This record gives sequence, C-alpha cells and structure tokens, in this order.
Amino acid sequence: MQLFYSILYRDLMLAIRRRRELANPLVFFVIVVSLFPLGVSPDQDLLSKMAPGVIWVTALLATLMSMDAMFRSDYDDGSLEQLLLLPGPKILLIGAKITAHWLSIGLPLIVLAPIMSLLLYFPTHAMGSLIITLLISTPILSLLGSVGIALTLSLRSGGILSSLLILPFYIPVLIFSTMAINASVNSLPVSGYYALLGAFLIVSALLIPFAVVAALKVSYN
Amino acid sequence: MMQFIHKYGSPKYFYQWSKGWQRWLTVITLLLLGYGLYQGLFVAPTDYQQGESYRIIFIHVPAAWMSMFVYMSMAVSGIVALVWRIKVAEIVIGECAVIGASFTALALITGMLWGKPMWGTYWVWDARLTSELVLLFLYFGVIALHSAFENPRTGARAAAILAIVGIINIPIIKYSVEWWSTLHQPATVAKFDKPSMHMSMLIPLLVMAFAFKTYFLALLFSRTRSEVLAREKNTSWVKEIMEQES
Repeated sequence: MQLFYSILYRDLMLAIRRRRELANPLVFFVIVVSLFPLGVSPDQDLLSKMAPGVIWVTALLATLMSMDAMFRSDYDDGSLEQLLLLPGPKILLIGAKITAHWLSIGLPLIVLAPIMSLLLYFPTHAMGSLIITLLISTPILSLLGSVGIALTLSLRSGGILSSLLILPFYIPVLIFSTMAINASVNSLPVSGYYALLGAFLIVSALLIPFAVVAALKVSYN
Repeated sequence: MMQFIHKYGSPKYFYQWSKGWQRWLTVITLLLLGYGLYQGLFVAPTDYQQGESYRIIFIHVPAAWMSMFVYMSMAVSGIVALVWRIKVAEIVIGECAVIGASFTALALITGMLWGKPMWGTYWVWDARLTSELVLLFLYFGVIALHSAFENPRTGARAAAILAIVGIINIPIIKYSVEWWSTLHQPATVAKFDKPSMHMSMLIPLLVMAFAFKTYFLALLFSRTRSEVLAREKNTSWVKEIMEQES
C-alpha cells in the first residue's frame, strides 16, 4: 500500500504543478457544452431535454482528451519503465495512476457539470442524480480509458487511435447515466441505475488494472 | 496438450495441414450455399405478413449470427496468442477482425434494406441494430490497432488484449442497449420447444447458417495461409514451396 500512496502523491503533485495543462480538458468541456445552444437553438424546452445527453457526451470527450496525460509523459521520459521495474504488485501502481487521474479530471468535472447544466436549463430538482451518476461513472471512464492509452502508448499517433478503441466501451456508462438522470427528471425511481453503475464500477476496478498491466507489457515489448 | 498446440500452430506445419481443410471446406460451402439459397429463394413459401421481402432473412440472420461468432473466435485466438505466443493465432486475430467486420456490415446493410419495406425506414435506433453497430465499431478498433504497429507481432498482442476486454464488455453493451430501447422483432429461432417459424423456412435458414460457418472457416484458412507465407517469406520452407510451385 506504501507503493500506492507514494505513486498517488507523486502523480497528484505532478498534476498540480502542471495545472494549466490539466485545465485544458475542462475548458474544452465548458466550450463544447456552450456550443450546443448556439448550434441547435436557444429553445428552453429542447435544451433542458437534451441537457443530460449533452453534459454526458461532452464529459466523455473531455475525459478522453485528458487520458493521454496518464502515461504519456512518464513513458516519454522513461520513468514509467522504472516504475514498472519496482518490486511489488504492478496492479497497485496502475491503480494509483488511475486514481490520480480521476482526482485530477473526474472531480473537477463533477464540480463543473452542475454549473454548465444550468446554462442548458437542466431542472434543478434532478441535480442530485447528475452529480451522483458523475461520481460513480467518471472513475469507470478513467479505468476504461487507461486500457486504450496503455495499448497505444508506443505509437506516435496513439491519442486518436485510443479514442477510437475506447469510445464504444463507454456506451453502457453513457446509457445508464443518462437513463438515471432522465428517470430522476421525471421523478421516477433511480436507485436501480445507481446499483448497475456501481456494479459496473466494481467489476471494472477489479479487472481493468490487469488488462492495463498486460497492455503496458505489450507496449514495452 | 501443449505439444499439440505448438505442433499444429507452427507456421510450417499449419500451412501443410490446412491445405486439405481449406479445399474441403470450400466444397462444402459451395454445396450448402447452393442448396440453402435455392431452398430459401425458390422453394420456401411466401410469408403471409411480409410477402417476398422476408427472403432477405436467409442472408441477414446468418450474417448477424456470424458477426458474434467471429468475435468469439477472435477472442479465443487472442487468448491462445497471448498465453502460448502461437504465431498462427496472432495472424488469425487480424484475419478474424476483417472477416467479422464484413459480416457485421453485411448484417447491418441487409437489415437496413429489410427495414425499409417493413418498418418504413432504413434505420431505427433499436436495441439490436444499435448493438450490431457498436460491434462494428469494436471490430474497427481491433483492425486499427492490429495494423498500427510496425512489428506485426506487437500489433497482434495489443489487438488480442483489446479483443478480450471487448468480449467481457459485449454482454454489458448488449444489455444496456436492450434496456435503452427495443422495437426489433424478438428472436424467432432460438426457442427450443417450438420455433415460431415454419419448418420449410427454418431448414433453409439453418442450412444457410452452416454455409456461412464453413465459408468463414474456408476464408479464414485461405487468408491465414497467405499471411503465413508473407510473414515467413525469409524462411527456407517457404522458399522450397515457392520453388516447387513455380
């Protein structure tokens, strides 16, 4: 566990020191969300109906944009290779890097999303469900994304390719989250969706680090 | 077991034993396709609701079945390639991805053509259509990853990991999409007690399904064999074969 905490601390320190870079996906999120009213129409009913989908799709894209930061710079300067040579389970190392990524991207998104949803006339009584789905699902996005980025690490144009690989896997998260939010908007029971998302989170957290370790091994060949 | 896998998976031995298989599978495919198409297009009765246009089922449904089956085969050969580092299994992943994507695209296109007269529209965002479309995206991912690396063996191993992650995810995607929306007619064949389909339509459909399976295997053997030759072109056994055949 010492390994986990020290890697987590290191990655968070790095993230804080590079906070301008960190802010880019968040600015992207804000800009894209505000493009929708301009592109579709400023109609209040239409926008409030579209709001969960728009927020969620944009959050997916923003997370994907930030994904590269998880391993790229460590891979380029060789420190990832050294970290993988450390004694102790590699799962912990991967888990720490994914947790750090979520803390530096997922959490800020959860703060930003409710604010942006107000611009889309999202009904405030359903705000809780928006925050809860983001809270459960953004870790899944970080987990799934890490597989794609680990697989394409040794490629020069890895960023766009890893988005292609990962986006289909994001579909269940998108569906369950927006269904939960829509149910909440219509004052229907939502706990079932939360349970499904939670199950998805637990299964991905248990399995995906293994896939990432295997993918990194392939990348280092 | 291990000896068996290594023996049959060695490129040279594979090239030799697969030759006969490929030939026989091609013959069986042609026979089954001829019989199934004749029965399906000319002998089977007209559907009382859908008229003649239902006959596209004899292509559409086998293609849709194959789209899943090929993905399974790809994931299995992915496991074999990762665990035992069998060269032939690595090649099979890439070939499966291309063939599977074609079957998926075929199922989608025939489905769209069938949807126009039946539902009045080429496309509906229905559960099965959507999950088939997502499957096509998954195939695209495997193909893109498989060909992105300069070293084909690295690409194959990366694609294998993606295929295995995909096979865990496919049921989740399928059920999530199913809950999201459904309009497609429910499965008419996979009811064991009493299929809701008449025997005169069911038999050509099953024949066509078998024909697609043998077609897939014949195609897979042929593509894998030529890829084996291409990758092993600097070895002495390939040169010997080339000299014999030229």
